[in-house]
Amino acid sequence: MTARHVLVVGAGPAGLAAARSALAAGAEVVLVDSAEEMGGQYHRVPPAAFGAAHPERLQHHWAPFTRLRRELRAHPRCTWWPETAVWALEPRDPGEQGPPRVHLLHGPADGSGRTRHVLAPDALVLAPGAHDRVLPFPGWELPGVFTAGAAQALAKGERIAVGERVLVAGSGPFLLPVAGSLLEAGAGVRAVLEANPARTLARGWGSRPWQLAAHLGKTGELRDYAGQLLRHRVPYRTGRAVVEARGTGRVEEVVTARLRPDWSVVPGSSRTLAVDALCVSHGFSPQLELPVAAGCALLPSPAGEFVRVDGEQRTSAEGVWAAGEITGIAGAPAARAEGALAGWYAAGGDRTARALPRLHQVRDQGRDFAARLARAHPIGAAWPGWLRPDTLVCRCEETDYAALCAAAREESGAAARTARLATRAGLGPCQARICGPTVGELRARLRGSAPDARDAEGLAAPSSHRRPLAQPLRLGELARAPAPPPPGHRADGGPGSVPPRDPGPELPDDPAP
Amino acid sequence: MCGTRSPVARAVVVGAGIVGAACARELARAGCAVTLVDRGGAASGTTAHGEGNILLSDKSPGPELELARLSRALWPPVLAEIAGSTPRGAALVRAVEWEPKGGLVVATTEAGAAGLARFAAGQRAAAVRCEPLDPAQTAAAEPFLTRAHRAVLHYPEDAQVQPAAAATALLADARAAGARLRTGCEVLGARTRGGRLTALHTTAGLLEADLFVNAAGPWAGSVAARLGAPVDVRPRRGDVLVTTPQPPTVFHKVYDADYVGAVGSDDSGLQTSAVVESTRAGSLLLGSSRRRVGFDDRLRPEVLAAIAAKAIRLFPALAAVPVMRAYGGFRPYVPDHLPVIGADPRLAGLWHAGGHEGAGIGLSLGTARLLRALILGTPAPLDPEPFRVDRPAVLGTAGPARDGAGAPGHGSSPEHPQHPGGTAQSATPAERKEGP
Repeated sequence: MTARHVLVVGAGPAGLAAARSALAAGAEVVLVDSAEEMGGQYHRVPPAAFGAAHPERLQHHWAPFTRLRRELRAHPRCTWWPETAVWALEPRDPGEQGPPRVHLLHGPADGSGRTRHVLAPDALVLAPGAHDRVLPFPGWELPGVFTAGAAQALAKGERIAVGERVLVAGSGPFLLPVAGSLLEAGAGVRAVLEANPARTLARGWGSRPWQLAAHLGKTGELRDYAGQLLRHRVPYRTGRAVVEARGTGRVEEVVTARLRPDWSVVPGSSRTLAVDALCVSHGFSPQLELPVAAGCALLPSPAGEFVRVDGEQRTSAEGVWAAGEITGIAGAPAARAEGALAGWYAAGGDRTARALPRLHQVRDQGRDFAARLARAHPIGAAWPGWLRPDTLVCRCEETDYAALCAAAREESGAAARTARLATRAGLGPCQARICGPTVGELRARLRGSAPDARDAEGLAAPSSHRRPLAQPLRLGELARAPAPPPPGHRADGGPGSVPPRDPGPELPDDPAP
Repeated sequence: MCGTRSPVARAVVVGAGIVGAACARELARAGCAVTLVDRGGAASGTTAHGEGNILLSDKSPGPELELARLSRALWPPVLAEIAGSTPRGAALVRAVEWEPKGGLVVATTEAGAAGLARFAAGQRAAAVRCEPLDPAQTAAAEPFLTRAHRAVLHYPEDAQVQPAAAATALLADARAAGARLRTGCEVLGARTRGGRLTALHTTAGLLEADLFVNAAGPWAGSVAARLGAPVDVRPRRGDVLVTTPQPPTVFHKVYDADYVGAVGSDDSGLQTSAVVESTRAGSLLLGSSRRRVGFDDRLRPEVLAAIAAKAIRLFPALAAVPVMRAYGGFRPYVPDHLPVIGADPRLAGLWHAGGHEGAGIGLSLGTARLLRALILGTPAPLDPEPFRVDRPAVLGTAGPARDGAGAPGHGSSPEHPQHPGGTAQSATPAERKEGP
């Protein structure tokens, strides 16, 4: 018997748990992440040079995380590749077995000499996570307006406070840890604005709250953040949103307004507030380019599209498992459980392992949490009421709302791809990662269900998640021949050569931290 | 049959890509009642997955060059007509990004230079404008081009458009002339009467007309098969890399001399040759590859790597430029590498306009003008004979290997049902026009 080769993409909570349980099942594991350190956004740590004396103060589950990090680094069957981007997944030929070949770039992203590698694992676990969803509003392109995730990354990763009078606005529980990270980094937070009214929150979270309480860790975390806001006397207001940012060269003030449950603005409720930075988040967009490239089926939901997985976290694509936020936005505890399951099953772990029922239970609680989160923090359908004709929808290409409306009215060029080429929305450097869901929603609203759903044979259906190049790469990097894979790993689809070094796999009975 | 002679002829054009849009426009302006149908959205297939080439430089003397020359001459006046015909015409034409930027063909080896010189001599004899550049002129024209070139030729007539916008403009103008567009409408089969095509069965119901134009690009073979008159049009996959926006770096359409060989090649394996150009948005488009893989849309990193390597060979400075996107499309080709334009000799009422391989954007206007003349029986702007449907390569009788299903010639088979209801209904018999 030879060990299965499992490649785990993403070293956040889900990916770390997947690597750990795949190792426990006896697999050879390669863990890759584009960051320098394990942990993902959740456990983002300052570079050593910043010398945070007490990172645990900024971090939940810090001690178990550092233990796991040590364990994975030291494990003889685990290869940790930091600063490694998956730029393409290459599906196998018909009749060929296994997950797609994985094309990697290894090295500092700002350096010139990243090396190319191609791996052909037996199983692929995708845990790339999510990024901020931000809805456009007039002035959102001004310097000083941050996605909440970017502001948190600066605070947690670089200890940089983005301002002295910061407003945190949008929707979702993530606003709280963002405000918390800002406070820890020394920023002044003027208020946290949740766009959904208290009634929506209560209805979403409220039914059978004991089930929610069972989702331990998450409630504790939120309680901690709420306490932190209280200590710093930061008001948390519901039913209020930023509908405009203003300033000359930089955000100087924002206009906030009271919202109805559908996020339409209550007339006469506008207030202006002086700020030097604004952090916005309207939830998360799962990073779906890799699952889509791998051929994984997606599942539509009120909160957007996610990767469809079965009870064992297996996707519809052969040899591909998924864990974490690409299957639903449910927070770190659920991501860990999903990762642990995905890694175990991807490695061919024993289906009767004693720890599995508990992991399945935590995962299922996580799905319940995700459903509540989506109910409590929906995006109100009337948000486009904030837009003005000159509001930028795509910041990369500076496409405004008027251009989008004009393209939607142009019957002759109404197909999604044609309109995208005409408006250029989504064609810039971010490749629709930011504006894709927004443009899709606005198009649907402007066009109704116009018939461009069916696409011709061979041409993939238009999707804002389709990015065959999952990461930008330099022409020189692309042109170079691939370097050999790490020792013990193979670049072709042939049988593995590395025997398992320790028999008798045992799945740890706690979800990895 | 359209136009002055009454009653107004009804035409259905299948395929709302650039060729279908151009044909619909010509027929609508000639007085036909045109319905343009597409299985997906308009201009979203091959048209939206190419680079927007309008080239003379890659055509050797012969019928395709004549068609290219006709088309090249038509682009400026047609765009001017569209700009003036409706209030929003000017905006539609601005979006077309017409750039008569000229082409530069670069040979980097002695053998390549010799081949290029022979090729260019033939073109000059056929009155293509083509000027050799010396190293100083080359450096002035393309300062970032490799110095390691052996011969550089400048083709001032080469041009470029944003292809989806060009199709959109043609389509909007066709609609302004009365054409109707029906998207999400797939052709399922034919209804014939007395050997004449009288209606299409579609997912949107029965479409009756006096004449039907198959402009379905790489899917023309499957449409034709469903109508009982198969043609051997096959897909040839191509891939394009798109860089992040750059300061002005590439000023012409620049390609290496291998490209001409690859266009005409019959090799089914991968061929790549560097084709580098900038777009108005600042991105560079890098091609090109040619593969015969059917309708396989899977990304092949090694193909992209080969394109990147060749682009860097022409422009070494591009090595540091980030690629942010890749896309692929399917060129419609006929094994003898000539378009198919004309009446189907096996099924009266059916016309074909396709098989342009990678040149459909450029050739669309000339194709539509020629088709209009053939349908109306007016003098053809060029000799239509080389493009006729009735040739072995089109009918699938030329080579041994055929990708498509069904034997040439029409008849009934599961692939092309003759709907029984067809004979019960009447359609105005349209006068069949053969080419002169």
